[in-house]
Amino acid sequence: MPYDRPVRRINRPLWAGLVLSVIAFISYFALFARFPVTRDVPWLTYGLFLIAAALLVAGVRRAQRRVVAVIVAAIGFAIFGGFAYVVLLFSKQIPASTGAPRVGAPAPDFTLKDSTGRAFSLASAAAAAPKGVLLVFYRGHW
Amino acid sequence: MAISVDDPAVTEDLKKKAGYRFTFLSDPKAEVIRAYDLLHKAGGEGGRDVARPAEFLVDRNRVVRWKNLTADYRVRARPEELLEATKVLR
Repeated sequence: MPYDRPVRRINRPLWAGLVLSVIAFISYFALFARFPVTRDVPWLTYGLFLIAAALLVAGVRRAQRRVVAVIVAAIGFAIFGGFAYVVLLFSKQIPASTGAPRVGAPAPDFTLKDSTGRAFSLASAAAAAPKGVLLVFYRGHW
Repeated sequence: MAISVDDPAVTEDLKKKAGYRFTFLSDPKAEVIRAYDLLHKAGGEGGRDVARPAEFLVDRNRVVRWKNLTADYRVRARPEELLEATKVLR
């Protein structure tokens, strides 16, 4: 068998790097964002992205088809970049709320419907509470 | 109690799924959210107005005794911070 065809081997580091980038991105929002330790400063996710980046770079260096490898690596780095943008810039774009009630000032009273449709007033809830009430404003289902 | 722009039905669904036992209030027109200066215009899905995250501890006389306005919506008050804050109430 003198006929020697070049063997095209799967570039494992490259594809592993891309898959890990996707996993790092999804796992933050699906899982790690639930726990303050892995959410507030996402070291764990950064770690995953760094491993992914190392794999992508290794993949490009050993690639036989350089152009394809560079494109795959660029997609992986773009995912990393997107994550960094959300964490470092986007999630900090919220109003300053300088007019929010101050500590020591009265909280404006209100009446709203609860999840079963019953009217609920802050003043009566606070007066009926053993010590007080905690108001948690949240973004909602989005 | 928790307040958002979500409808009562959406909130009841969330409450059941997550097993929350506290009160959830709906402010679909963001009137209370506006009164507390917490409106994040177009901050929600599809450019919907939502509340920016914020927590207030209010005593029985409706006086604010502690508050937390995060500068990053991913970062919220931790349970231990809240428990520490409740010590000002008596």
